[in-house]
Amino acid sequence: MKKEDKSIDKASQEILEIAEKEGIDTAWERYEAMVPQCGFGELGLCCRNCLLGPCRIDPFEEGPQKGVCGATAEIIAARNLIRMIAGGASAHSDHGRDIAHTLLMTAQGKTKGYEVKDEQKLLSLADELGIKTNGKGKKEVAMEVAEKVFSEFGQQHGELQFSHRAPEKRQALWRKLGIMPRGIDREIVEVMHRTHMGVDNDCENLITHGMRTALSDGWGGSMIATELSDVLFGTPRPIRAKVNLGVLEADEVNLVVHGHEPTLSDVIVTASQDKELLELARKNGAKGINLAGICCTANEILMRHGIPIAGNFLQQELAIATGAVDLMLVDVQCIMPALSSVAKCFHTKIVSTSPKAKFPQAEHVEFKEEEALPIAKKIVRMAVENFQNRVKEKINIPKEKMDLVPGFTAESVFKFLGGRYRATYRPLNDAIISGRLRGAAGIVGCNNPKIKHDWGHVEMAKELIKNDVLVVVTGCSAIANAKAGLLKPEAAFQYAGKGLKEICEAVGVPPVLHVGSCVDNSRILITLCNVVNEGGLGDDISELPVAGAAPEWMSEKAVAIAFYVVASGVFTVLGNPFPILGSREVTELLTKRLKQVVGANFAFESDPIKAAHLMIDHINKKREALKLNRVMYEAKEKILV
Amino acid sequence: MKTILYVDLDKCLACKTCELQCAIQHSQSKDLFKAIEEEPLPQARVKVEAYEDLSVPLQCRHCEDPPCVKICPTKALEKLAPGETVVLKENLCIGCKWCLLVCPFGVLNVNREGKVIIKCDLCLERLEKGEEPACVQACPTKALKLLSPEEVAKLKKAEFLVGFKKEGKIIKG
Repeated sequence: MKKEDKSIDKASQEILEIAEKEGIDTAWERYEAMVPQCGFGELGLCCRNCLLGPCRIDPFEEGPQKGVCGATAEIIAARNLIRMIAGGASAHSDHGRDIAHTLLMTAQGKTKGYEVKDEQKLLSLADELGIKTNGKGKKEVAMEVAEKVFSEFGQQHGELQFSHRAPEKRQALWRKLGIMPRGIDREIVEVMHRTHMGVDNDCENLITHGMRTALSDGWGGSMIATELSDVLFGTPRPIRAKVNLGVLEADEVNLVVHGHEPTLSDVIVTASQDKELLELARKNGAKGINLAGICCTANEILMRHGIPIAGNFLQQELAIATGAVDLMLVDVQCIMPALSSVAKCFHTKIVSTSPKAKFPQAEHVEFKEEEALPIAKKIVRMAVENFQNRVKEKINIPKEKMDLVPGFTAESVFKFLGGRYRATYRPLNDAIISGRLRGAAGIVGCNNPKIKHDWGHVEMAKELIKNDVLVVVTGCSAIANAKAGLLKPEAAFQYAGKGLKEICEAVGVPPVLHVGSCVDNSRILITLCNVVNEGGLGDDISELPVAGAAPEWMSEKAVAIAFYVVASGVFTVLGNPFPILGSREVTELLTKRLKQVVGANFAFESDPIKAAHLMIDHINKKREALKLNRVMYEAKEKILV
Repeated sequence: MKTILYVDLDKCLACKTCELQCAIQHSQSKDLFKAIEEEPLPQARVKVEAYEDLSVPLQCRHCEDPPCVKICPTKALEKLAPGETVVLKENLCIGCKWCLLVCPFGVLNVNREGKVIIKCDLCLERLEKGEEPACVQACPTKALKLLSPEEVAKLKKAEFLVGFKKEGKIIKG
């Protein structure tokens, strides 16, 4: 594969060329070596759930059409898919649990380095959770909030508290379908039970429970992670920052954080400003300590502190291959085990920190909330001390870095539209109703060498904003679009359609809004609820002129997200299909019939422009159904037709 | 000319990837996701057969003196040249199945409609482009290889010598 076919990002191309010269394999080479990938796996036709098997169904109908137990393609594909949902929901929800744990310990005074930073949010959460705050101190309230949230993980009956944020109509539908999430852990356990040999053998029944599990992530685990992170670390506000490998500094200690949870990375921000450590850095010949990040732990500290981002998922190996990373700290999720072998070619130290995630040949410094700050300082010290081991000839820091304005949330961003003194969603709703905006779309998810790096995210975003669709982004999609310059307010002038441009100009926001990490997709759900509640655009999320997409997805988390988004009523386009195409019935259910069930369905389209137009067509249909005005600046010839 | 489909019996895990990729190669779209929707469904020319703990992909051996070619009454089967592929001209095949009866390996088959023979063509289209046959390229353990007679001979000699030195005995098969 030529470097131009691997990535659209110039900085990545530059490092890929160096890696190739040095004989360093990256995900792209490993992917090429793996092609063709197993067709049974790609189609979802391989079952390893019991030892009657492994079984696989022949998609060309010459070989077996049933597993040893009699399971058909339909049963096998559906079982496999909802196990992916369980994996994804587990990852997000365990992240949420960790944040709740940190809040609890902080309230009990057992941690070093944390405090409740957003008391306002804590109080409003307490109110929502039915906790009386009168006469109670901040710590007491925080303790009760954490305990109440904890109980939602193990809850056996009832409904998840945050699911009540959804419009009444949506809640009623979930109850009617029997997919209102009861407890976070419970739904995941039930997936494992149902998919055990000889339990649930009805693909529709399986997928239905898959949706319930996904909802327990989106309106449970993920939403808890977002809300409690805001309480602990502060609710983000728009902030200026920089992105791409060019943020690494030649003459400073570069410490890169990679993974997902903000508990450690947030304290690392404090530790990296420690006077003693800065002095040590200077003694070691470095001008300072430069903190940068990869993936969502980076998004968390970008949103709250403006810490620069070095890159997204497929750039984790490339960051090390710049030769300028003195230490890469990893926590959980999306961390390639390949990092250690790339690091061996350089002086970079890989430090794992989570008791849940150890890596071959990485140094392990276990993170504990009780000792957060001292541990963070220890890791920063390791980075500082490793600075002098840099090999000058091996250092290649690309020039590319781009400005961006991240830090938008459901609370802040859209209220800006109403101005400081009139914080309301009204202007956003009015913009859509009047047709100045066609609608809104969320582009989220990962990178995947199956799709040219960043190309899916960036082309899709450009096409959408050109057509007056306001775009919100999270996770690796946010980083891709940031690198392409779409997260600068000025991007509106270059790329946005006339209607969207007018809004961006009036409010001073970019046409593509960074709303956070991948658990922060819950911010998108809350935003959609607020839009429905504001009025004038129907009574349910499924009536809104909005769409979702994950053009470069790869992880189980993305499957869980896609399902909670669709089960919440948003049409969603995926770049690569789910591994279910081997079953006609499951494919038909997900891409067509689900629309009659939850008011939204999936589409699979790898071309980002075509995918964008599937979204635009969908948005147009929703506008029509709501009898909204014509899109204000639709091309004239189209109006004549 | 490389025409020997060499199978390393120790390496075949019976994953059937060769079958799947063969069917895709012989589909109209040559794309998995589209091929599974085609009418008629494409068919594989290779089949992984199992006997006790042995599994081995079997397909046409492209014999030098092919009984199928000899017996074909319509000259639908043809040996292109010595050392090369035995090919089938589908339009000439009358479906008499004589070839099926005389093939010593049972690697010929009739198509889905039961009208004409289907057999391995060593992926001639791919060979012309300098690519390996689909089954060989896809084999995840590299149990399948396309080799010349000389390469096979060399491989066997090496195996024999290693075995001879290590254990002082001749390795079977």
